Amino acid sequence: MKYKTLAIADPAKLIYGRAPRPIKTRRGMCIGGGLIYPELNFTLPDINIRKEAMPEIVRHYQQIVTEALERAAELEAPGVMLEFETLPPMTEHPALGMEVVNILLEGIEDAHDKYGLKAALRCTPNDNREFVRPPLMRSGRYWDAMLELFDQSAAAGAEFLSIESVGGKELHDDALVNGDLRAVLFSLCVMGVRDMKFIWDHIVAITAKHGVHAAGDTACGFGNTAMVLAERKMIPRVFAAVVRAVTAVRSLVAYECGAVGPGKDCGYENPVLKAITGCPMSMEGKTAACAHLSPMGNLAAATADLWSNESVQNIKLLGGMAPTCYMEQLVYDCRLMNTAAAEGEASALQMRDWLVKSDAGRDPQAMILTPESSITIAHAIVQAPSHYAAGIAAARAAVKILRETNEAGCLRIDAREAGWLDRMDDELDDMPHTEDAFIEEMMDEVDLEKFTPADYGL
Amino acid sequence: MSTIEDLKTAVINGRRKDVQTLVPELLESGIEPAALLSQALIPAMGVVGERFKKNEVFVPEMLVSARAMKEAMNILEPKLLEAGIRPEHTAVIGTVEGDLHDIGKNLVATMWKGAGFDVIDLGVNVSPARFIEAIEEHKPHIVGLSALLTTTMPAMRDTVAAIREAGHSAVKLLIGGAPITQSYADEIGADGYSRDAASAVDAAKAALGI
Ligand code: B1M
Repeated sequence: MKYKTLAIADPAKLIYGRAPRPIKTRRGMCIGGGLIYPELNFTLPDINIRKEAMPEIVRHYQQIVTEALERAAELEAPGVMLEFETLPPMTEHPALGMEVVNILLEGIEDAHDKYGLKAALRCTPNDNREFVRPPLMRSGRYWDAMLELFDQSAAAGAEFLSIESVGGKELHDDALVNGDLRAVLFSLCVMGVRDMKFIWDHIVAITAKHGVHAAGDTACGFGNTAMVLAERKMIPRVFAAVVRAVTAVRSLVAYECGAVGPGKDCGYENPVLKAITGCPMSMEGKTAACAHLSPMGNLAAATADLWSNESVQNIKLLGGMAPTCYMEQLVYDCRLMNTAAAEGEASALQMRDWLVKSDAGRDPQAMILTPESSITIAHAIVQAPSHYAAGIAAARAAVKILRETNEAGCLRIDAREAGWLDRMDDELDDMPHTEDAFIEEMMDEVDLEKFTPADYGL
Repeated sequence: MSTIEDLKTAVINGRRKDVQTLVPELLESGIEPAALLSQALIPAMGVVGERFKKNEVFVPEMLVSARAMKEAMNILEPKLLEAGIRPEHTAVIGTVEGDLHDIGKNLVATMWKGAGFDVIDLGVNVSPARFIEAIEEHKPHIVGLSALLTTTMPAMRDTVAAIREAGHSAVKLLIGGAPITQSYADEIGADGYSRDAASAVDAAKAALGI
């Protein structure tokens, strides 16, 4: 464990737009330096992505970047991050991905020339390693193509590199639908942590080579899958909330390997990571309802340094093309928060607290991501001697927060979920003392056809 | 003496150990394997499915019941086969080519199994050729296609077209997934659509006219 203390230990300092380790972009945005900026993410409508369709695909991305940045400039956005989260064939065939990267970079340059708009590009290739089953985690054509796209996009001018990596997910989906916290801990803190170390050492080497930023990972496939399942009433919300706390341990590894942020939008665990690392973070919430529903649309903004819409198709809405409409919404969200901050610390805190209070008592996941709870969980993580112990400590801290806030009448927990807190406590009590003992036990229990232990150094 | 009702209750409550003792006991008392299936197991999963539909139980609780049913089936299946009894309906299911999302598809498969269908799950990233191969091998009554990405919806369309072009006009094609709608199903010539796992059994039965 690299981090032994917190970069932000005082909840009053865990606030939007400010991070102890801000990042400057080439065009002069300072992320985490006082302002919150919009981060726009976009995707294609239904199109079969293949070579022949590239002219149409190119037209979509050209339209997205031109119209959305024009609107950002008209609304006087102080700066904009564009995230190009590729679609799987664009990483599988880096030449396709690079065609889009170049269009977006040109669009960014044009908007700077025409309007003086400060914008930067985050490139997020797909982690396609699981296209083969069991996944090939450390070699093979999917691994090679992913590294190639990272390398080429950084060389072309993408300033930030991110990924939603999937190491450990082979067992995690089943762990979720079975409500099995032990298996969650194994997937995230044993398998996930090992894979993160492997993948992020490679990404950081690429960013160092090109002088760009390693911006961080997210446990999207873990924490957000849990959150969406809970939103659909398929698994208990308290369980999804505890899973979220544990995801912070996995995502932290990117920063331990040298990532500097801004952490990726769909990492709802990012407030915990901001408290530990001091790096700026992107978040998504109410303005990402175009992509998925969440129980903390306001609260997510409270500690964000970039504010994202997560993903929207390039389709026509009444106001204009959807990415342009979402750019407008993001710019207005950020403008309001920046206006509050410009009036001084007290106003910024007031704004933050309204964002927090409007959600926190209504949902367990929201409650464990308030600034106070995030710092409690962050503390539990940095005090632990290993990632394994940190996972257990984060889960325990989350269960405790849920129990106490519920008992104090600050958090509503559905009656049929109450028993799950005891169930999770029991599971945590039964966890072996050492990681080695845990691994030994789990190797007898897990389905070894689903993953290759050697790919995790197991 | 134990009854069929006891077995049904044990499956509803996911009590695998009880199922392991009840099934042999009931068989020994002279009850036919087919009766245990049709009077205890399938109705039990029907009750659980209803509770799930009404948000009275979570998926983990539903899966505990599904595993209890599987426990019973492990004992019953060889006996049913011996007696020449096969499930009335066979289904093949998979997530279309290019798409790796499978949680929703797995839930649909679980619900279909609970309804007594013999389900062959082809997994994720399934090519049209693989679907056709499976249709020719298993002769299913129904084929379920799942897609979660807008960019794999065309693969769903291609799969439906390829299955029909290969001459499999009788097999019922049911589709689903977050971006899928009834009108998309109509547009690509699928026989049915369901918006969630809970209604996938009804949709399959409607497509099969049962
Ligand atoms: C046969 O008959 C039937 C009948 C009914 C059927 C049916 C078949 N199939 C489903 N149903 C229906 O019944 C089910 C049960 O009620 C329901 O199934 P669902 O699957 O809808 O519901 C599940 C029970 C719970 N829902 C889910 O499991 C999906 C949730 C969301 C958040 C989601 C998840 C979890 C994941 N993802 Co993905 N993911 C999203 C999803 C957001 C959303 N709004 O859906 C979506 C679909 N993903 C998206 C993306 C972009 C991606 N994902 C990807 C990966 C993943 C994870 C692996 C991390 C994970 C999948 C885990 C898994 N094993 O399935 C990548 C693609 C991988 C690939 N090649 O497929 C990646 C490309 C991300 C990336 N940059 O790498 C977006 C799609 C955008 C688009 N253009 O369409 C997305 C909307 C998220 C977003 N907001 O951006 C019904 O739809």
